[in-house]
Amino acid sequence: MNDVNVFLLSPEISMAGLALAVILLDLFTTRKSLVAGLALVGLVVPTIFSILLLDKRGDIGFYDALVVDDFSLFFKFLTIAVAGLVILGAQEHINKFKRFQGEFYALIILSSAGMMLMASVVDLIAIYISLELTSLSMAGLITFMRTGRSAEAGIKFLVLSAISSAFMLYGMALIFGLTGTTKLDGIALQLPDQRLFENPAMLLGILFMIAGFGFKISSVPFQMWVPDVYQGGPLPVIAFLSVASKAAGFAVLIRVFYLAFADLAVDWKMLFAVLAALSMFLGNLVAISQNNIKRMLGYSSIAHAGYILIGVAAISGVNADGVPLGPSSALFYLATYAITNLTAFFAVSAVSAKINSDNIEDYSGLAQRNPILALSLAIALVSLTGIPPTAVFWAKLYIFNAAVQSGLAWLAIIGVINSVISAYFYLRVIKNMYVRPAADTSKFMPGVPLGIAITVATVAVLVFGFWPPYLLKVANDAVAGMIF
Amino acid sequence: MQAIRDTAWLNIIVFLPAAGAIVLALALKDAKKIRVWATLVTFATLALSVIMYVAFDRSSQDFQFVTQRNWFPDFNVQYFLGVDGLSAPLVLLTALLGFASVIVSFSVKVRVKEYYVWLLLLETGVLGVFTSLDLLMFFLFWEVELLPMYLLISIWGSGRKEYSAMKFLIFTIAGSASMLIGILIIYFSMGTFDMVQLANTPVNAAVFSSQAVFWLLFIAFAIKLPVWPVHTWLPDAHTDAPTAVSVMLAGILLKMGGYGMIRLNVSIFPEVAKQYQPILIGLAVVSIILGALAVFRQKDLKRLVAYSSVSHMGFVLLGIGSLGTVGLTGAGMQMFAHGTITGMLFMSIGLIYERAHTRQIPELSGLASRMPIIAIMMVLAGLASLGLPSMSGFISELTVFVGTFGQYHVATIIAVSSIALTAGYILWTVQRVLFGGQSEKASHISDTTAIEMIPLLVMLAMIFLVGLYPSIITDYFKLGIEPLMGRLG
Repeated sequence: MNDVNVFLLSPEISMAGLALAVILLDLFTTRKSLVAGLALVGLVVPTIFSILLLDKRGDIGFYDALVVDDFSLFFKFLTIAVAGLVILGAQEHINKFKRFQGEFYALIILSSAGMMLMASVVDLIAIYISLELTSLSMAGLITFMRTGRSAEAGIKFLVLSAISSAFMLYGMALIFGLTGTTKLDGIALQLPDQRLFENPAMLLGILFMIAGFGFKISSVPFQMWVPDVYQGGPLPVIAFLSVASKAAGFAVLIRVFYLAFADLAVDWKMLFAVLAALSMFLGNLVAISQNNIKRMLGYSSIAHAGYILIGVAAISGVNADGVPLGPSSALFYLATYAITNLTAFFAVSAVSAKINSDNIEDYSGLAQRNPILALSLAIALVSLTGIPPTAVFWAKLYIFNAAVQSGLAWLAIIGVINSVISAYFYLRVIKNMYVRPAADTSKFMPGVPLGIAITVATVAVLVFGFWPPYLLKVANDAVAGMIF
Repeated sequence: MQAIRDTAWLNIIVFLPAAGAIVLALALKDAKKIRVWATLVTFATLALSVIMYVAFDRSSQDFQFVTQRNWFPDFNVQYFLGVDGLSAPLVLLTALLGFASVIVSFSVKVRVKEYYVWLLLLETGVLGVFTSLDLLMFFLFWEVELLPMYLLISIWGSGRKEYSAMKFLIFTIAGSASMLIGILIIYFSMGTFDMVQLANTPVNAAVFSSQAVFWLLFIAFAIKLPVWPVHTWLPDAHTDAPTAVSVMLAGILLKMGGYGMIRLNVSIFPEVAKQYQPILIGLAVVSIILGALAVFRQKDLKRLVAYSSVSHMGFVLLGIGSLGTVGLTGAGMQMFAHGTITGMLFMSIGLIYERAHTRQIPELSGLASRMPIIAIMMVLAGLASLGLPSMSGFISELTVFVGTFGQYHVATIIAVSSIALTAGYILWTVQRVLFGGQSEKASHISDTTAIEMIPLLVMLAMIFLVGLYPSIITDYFKLGIEPLMGRLG
């Protein structure tokens, strides 16, 4: 148990190695497509290591700090897939980064390594380090546009991320003071046998940690950075941030609360339920008035954090096999949300590359300029709304199911109401694309790599929309195989 | 016959229009070819539906042409299609109007390809609603109809089309949300979406009361039917929709509401339906009378027919509210009859609009002398609408009244009085639009062409067929209604 088995860390190590290799290659070649090719093909190595780790499920290493289980592998595969799609989809945008293209790939890959680590560690200090690895890489990436807005977004992200990390660290220190350990299973054993509200130190510790995680998953009230960062940051980076970073944040959140603080579940259940409701309402209501599609997707991302938090709050429901419904529905939601949001962002970046505008009004007549692109974006938006037969519909259904089974029927109803509200602003984009006439009717096509990325993501949305059982089984297994 | 019932026949009917839409979207460019293809696809759907209707075993109350597969086992969601006596005529009606509306749409000149793609998808959506036997699939198809309808109105409509389309969308989505909550509560309480199973076991909604679920579902269907006071989207949507979409909307989309009420509200919650019977009857009477009165104020021809639809669909609710074999059969007949009659009315109005470029009654006059054939068609449709014996409107309304009178004398008498109102506004309108002195607008217009006559004649044939030989649909509806009676006790 206490041996340092490097093999258990091989996906992350190979990720970091890939990042270095990309930077090195970038030094010696001027052909940027070669760098992109290496970044993309190189992802095969961590994928293979992750596949090999499937045999090592149940192993714990690095002095009980790192676990290999279905849960961590679920997020490893998800992160690698998202990183690959984002690198593919970034080709349209990459020229705006001028000579910093190698760094872009390296940082995306490094940040992915951090996210993969986040899902695999069960020690507060390791959690903190992997979080920082992710956040610092992201802060750098956000400034890549080298415009005022982009720099502002990057600084905003960096400062708020630092503040939230500070809070989280303080919370972790309090928990360490109470329990004398940083290991999640140790904390679960050592926590004082009191209700959450009876022990101020425990309450503060947990609240501060929620502040740290809340920043990552962009839930209310830690969502202030979202709209500006989404508007100012480069599109591929935002796509990555909205999907992979959120997923990793939820991975840690679920691991910590379902493992270390499981005994307090009845107390924090309500807390997350309220945060979920607030995030949904704030995200969806403010999104209505947005005219910039990136900002709108930012608020939509806050709202979706709310939907997924329902799964975290749904502590008591179990399915027929005894698998907790809440976490598995959250995982299922994260995966479907990832492909759907990527589709939307890829389509937006294809449009943005052509018309140089993120204004929803400028999407008028897109259906005539490029019917397939418009259809992809429409499918993504319909999926985000939660209209069947698309992937997120099933995720919403499943997460509402978890809520009702856990006695949170009111939260499920709030979720349905919010889905109706969200129809208004998602469908508004569809309306512009299909109903309004185009000012400029010239046709255009996105480049081949982005085209492939859009096609893959759209097909995934539809495949999971018509045939969700497999993905759901994977999510169930991931939670069932989670080492408690 | 049994051989046909054992095939995947129904699946083909439901998905043929959608498959046709995909082929059309990918392969066809030329507007003429698109029209021919859409006509062929909908005609094939119609032909298959007619065969299904004939092959339907009229000695069995069970669901037929059933396909049942596990779709999403974790949720107990099935792919479950089938028809019984209640849905078979509605499938036929949908295929009939789907075919007719494609021909009616030959005059569409803008973005032809997209238009037919949405129109065909719409048909699949409605066919799916009528044939789904799994609640989640039912909901899924119910939603499929939403987006095509919204786009059809807002792109190819006239007047305040974007406003009307948005109004339609918001009303429908509000209804869908209400229905989804209801469906989920049923699922959480009973652990199944299987409509056949649900209808055969008493539902005890553990999470909420059955009463709450009943109303959650009812709201969705009431918006669709539409029932006063949630009918206000209909006149706007009708007025601004293109002709074929009006035909589809009045002809079959409204029927989804009535069908849902019978299939879900009455068959799954018979006890609750009985408890609230007076409210259903009350809403029906208000819709019938207010709809009929509102007609008199209308100047736009389509708006006028839209309000008359509100009134006529009130009869459907009245029949449902009677909760008896005769009344419910009448409701089904009224749905079928109204589908063909109103379809025909909207078609003739569409032809008038194409020629005179106005639907305002004061601007139209003396059309009969310029376009005698259209005038005859419109008069016939009008007569059917006001319930002239020998036509389908008469027999279906009569059946509803007979079914209701035994229990609710006063309500039925009030409802019957609307017949006089209907006769009044129909004859008055026909007189103003078709007869009288010729207006300027009418001076240079011509009569209909042979192709335009096809859908009108098909509708007319159905109206007389059902009017003279009603058992061609009543036999089916009775078959679908009788199992309900057992549950209603």
